[in-house]
Amino acid sequence: MWDNLQLLFVWAPIINVQIILDGIFVGAVFALSAYGLALVWGVMNIKNLAQGDFVIMGGYLAFALHQLQVPLVLILLIVMPLMFIFGWIIYIVMIRRILDQDMFVSLLATFGLSLLLQQVINLIFGPEVQTIDMEMPVYDAFDNMVTVPSSKIITLVLAALIAVAVVVFMKRSRAGQAIRATAQDPRAARVLGIDIDRVYAFTFAFNAALCGAAGVLVSIIWVIQPFYGITYSVRSFAIVTAAGLGNLPAVIGAGFGIGLFEKYTGTILGTAYEVAAPVTILLLVLIYRQFQMRRNRQVVR
Amino acid sequence: MSMNKKTMFTYGGLALFGILGPMLFPQYTLSIAYLWMMVLMASTWDTLGGQMGYNSLGNITFFGVGMYVSAIVQISFFYDGGVGEYTSAMGSIKPEFTAAEYFWGLGLGILAAGIVGLALSLVFSSFMFGLRGPYFAIGSLGLAIAVAEVTITIDYVGGASGISMPLFPGDIEFRSTFFYILCFAFTIVSHFLLRWLYSTQFGLAANAIRDDEDKAEAMGIPTLAYKRIGWAIAAFFMGCIGAVAGNMAGFIDKEVAYPIPTFGIFMVAMALLGGKGTLWGPVLGAIIFHVVKEATWTYLLNLQWVALGLILIINIVYFQQGIMGWLKTKYPELFGIVVDTSNIADDDEKEVAR
Repeated sequence: MWDNLQLLFVWAPIINVQIILDGIFVGAVFALSAYGLALVWGVMNIKNLAQGDFVIMGGYLAFALHQLQVPLVLILLIVMPLMFIFGWIIYIVMIRRILDQDMFVSLLATFGLSLLLQQVINLIFGPEVQTIDMEMPVYDAFDNMVTVPSSKIITLVLAALIAVAVVVFMKRSRAGQAIRATAQDPRAARVLGIDIDRVYAFTFAFNAALCGAAGVLVSIIWVIQPFYGITYSVRSFAIVTAAGLGNLPAVIGAGFGIGLFEKYTGTILGTAYEVAAPVTILLLVLIYRQFQMRRNRQVVR
Repeated sequence: MSMNKKTMFTYGGLALFGILGPMLFPQYTLSIAYLWMMVLMASTWDTLGGQMGYNSLGNITFFGVGMYVSAIVQISFFYDGGVGEYTSAMGSIKPEFTAAEYFWGLGLGILAAGIVGLALSLVFSSFMFGLRGPYFAIGSLGLAIAVAEVTITIDYVGGASGISMPLFPGDIEFRSTFFYILCFAFTIVSHFLLRWLYSTQFGLAANAIRDDEDKAEAMGIPTLAYKRIGWAIAAFFMGCIGAVAGNMAGFIDKEVAYPIPTFGIFMVAMALLGGKGTLWGPVLGAIIFHVVKEATWTYLLNLQWVALGLILIINIVYFQQGIMGWLKTKYPELFGIVVDTSNIADDDEKEVAR
């Protein structure tokens, strides 16, 4: 550990640039799935523990399409609608029935969904670690100390485009307005003629589509494996707990923060701690929030 | 602790099954041992989850920590080279323990596992009980994952490659009977402790915390102390049974010690299946769950885990009240609830008269 610290800050400080860049690339992807979680949580009060498995599912869909020689942009355009439909079906089959139940029910039911998805993906694709190799040029700087594959840059641009599209959609479109109105006051929204059930279904499906998009990006810049989903769920929960619901700039900021934290822990302490890192940050955020609330004699709820 | 006839019969039946089961069907001894283990897990989960409304997804942490603690105690007490040397040899060292040494080590190991689990739960409660509802559930799940991930980075306890436990001094039949008795005994002790506890003020306070914690606090109930006690009891028993399970398995690593997707979720699912917040719900749920699982598991081949996810979803989405809750609404007389129908009849007559 001491050697790694010295390497970072004494011998080759330029490696920091590499870590920060990597942190930003992965943080952008985390922000996407975390925003979906915040949306579902804020609008319909469902805590979706299957969030990470939606991401992995999107990744595997992209992987399957890539095997069929489909170009990248088209993959994104196919995966997102597919995941949208999948999300809508899940809403009808299970989420609608647990909407008015207590919060633990949603957590446990989605955990069951998460187990189910993992196992089905495992049965279809096998437990191997997979990735999509885009075979694109790699840029380097500082005597090969910093390498940036162009696929990562494309991913970042795509993530930014999706984020902008989501913001504009939520602000401008009628559907976005309906979602925000429902989040504020479901009863008033219903009185004003908004079909709450459809808004909920749309929100959940929209979340699945966002996760699918994140999954496509993950499969390009990183690796996917049927059982990696839970870490994405944990990351999403950490980001949302830190940033609060429905605050997109804060979600993106927290996403970058977690990306950087993970990359630094991985470099300094060794890769064995890379899974523990997002969990630790979730616990730290929860503990910090408790102390923050305790000052006002309140609890995190 | 007064019991009516029905309860006596239930206990009699369970005791008979517990004693005669392994005698009549010796090949199922270990399977029935796991049944009692699951009853214990579901019941102790229910102390915090059902009675107090603090749904922990991380009780399995104490199970795994207990397993490792007992391994350390058992090896370090009677092997001169120490735990580090034993684990770095990757199981090639097979020290010969005498029977006395083994059983002393096991007893001390189980005790140490329980105490460390209890202490750990007290540490956790200092920073976990400011979280409510879903935050507590997610936080405790995070704790379990974090502890599991940190454990496998410690070379002292074998890192990712695990530890093989000391060999049992005796033949295989004596071995399974011995561990069966341990599991059965721990389950009985935990059940009667919880039964007594729920009949005292603890039970009332726990249910008050579940129903409205703010009001309970305003009434002067020391809620934090009660929550600590509840979790500490669960942690103690989870630690002890973890130690037993580790010795039953014979080899421990991350998958055996921290089975978050299996036992960690099973115990919650079983408590929900039977009906949480009741003394008998988790027991009933665990028995049904285990019997169904054992009967169908081998026929499902690769689909076992898919089936498990489906059971969880169907259980939670469609049968939220659990079996006990369903029975309660269906046959209220069994629970001593008298349904007063006279008013309804009166109203009907008035309706007709009008």
